[in-house]
Amino acid sequence: MVSLSWYLGVGALLFAISVVGIFLNRKNLIVLLMAIELMLLAVNINFVAFSHYLGDYHGQVFVFFILTVAAAESAIGLAILVVLFRNLSTIDVQELDLLKG
Amino acid sequence: MDAQTVLFLIFAGVMLVAALRVITARNPVHAVLFLVLAFFSAAALWILLRAEFLAIALVLVYVGAVMVLFLFVVMMLDINIDKMRQGFWRNAPWGFGVAALIVLQMWLVLSQPQWQGMTRSGPGIANADNTRALGMLTFTEYVFPLQIAGVILLVAIIAAIALTLRGRKDSKSQDPSQQVKARSEDRVRLVTMATEDRARQTKET
Repeated sequence: MVSLSWYLGVGALLFAISVVGIFLNRKNLIVLLMAIELMLLAVNINFVAFSHYLGDYHGQVFVFFILTVAAAESAIGLAILVVLFRNLSTIDVQELDLLKG
Repeated sequence: MDAQTVLFLIFAGVMLVAALRVITARNPVHAVLFLVLAFFSAAALWILLRAEFLAIALVLVYVGAVMVLFLFVVMMLDINIDKMRQGFWRNAPWGFGVAALIVLQMWLVLSQPQWQGMTRSGPGIANADNTRALGMLTFTEYVFPLQIAGVILLVAIIAAIALTLRGRKDSKSQDPSQQVKARSEDRVRLVTMATEDRARQTKET
């Protein structure tokens, strides 16, 4: 039988992979957005696994809301990306220094 | 090993390999397609956990809408891949260090004995209609959060359109706000002038 800790382990591995992705793709903004999507997926897997093994539906409702917010986030993020590319002709994160931060 | 374990191992393995390819793929289009594969495998894992509604929603919302949006944007942009890949492996030791730390911490937590007993599902989940139960909960206890989620989606629509909408200079479209603001004084100019004498006018010509 598959136990809860297997699912939590898969979630942790997925989260770790997406952290590595953020470290590797420091320049490519679009792959950074994809790594964030993977992180949210890892969190959602943990929620669904706990919801199943504890017999509690509230975790699944929470996943529902996370999916909603993540969809809105990626839509706005991609819109910002398109505007950025239109103005700078690049999506290199290291060239985004207009604010002198 | 029963069938469920085998399926879990297959889907989890495919998902992790696809996630690795997402972050290492050279071509961003390939990265998006591997992300689709990762989401599909995650949906299969959720079906194993008897969360059918969320699995279908993941496929419909993510694979059907968000990933297509990603693909649109990736194909629309003209990215210089070689320039993007410069210094790709420079921060890799830090990244793998942090990842190893995360996995180690999670392993320390999961190796505690209290997790080993949790192999059975609770009473509410096993033999219930997943979609019906989620709907009952969403439309009773979570009505106001649901409304707020709708407002968030509305804000996202308006923000995305307002950010990317660009009026073309050469288009001949009407501007309704300009039309509403039109006043009769701006259109017709009444000029006062002396009356002409018609008899004298004909004599001269």
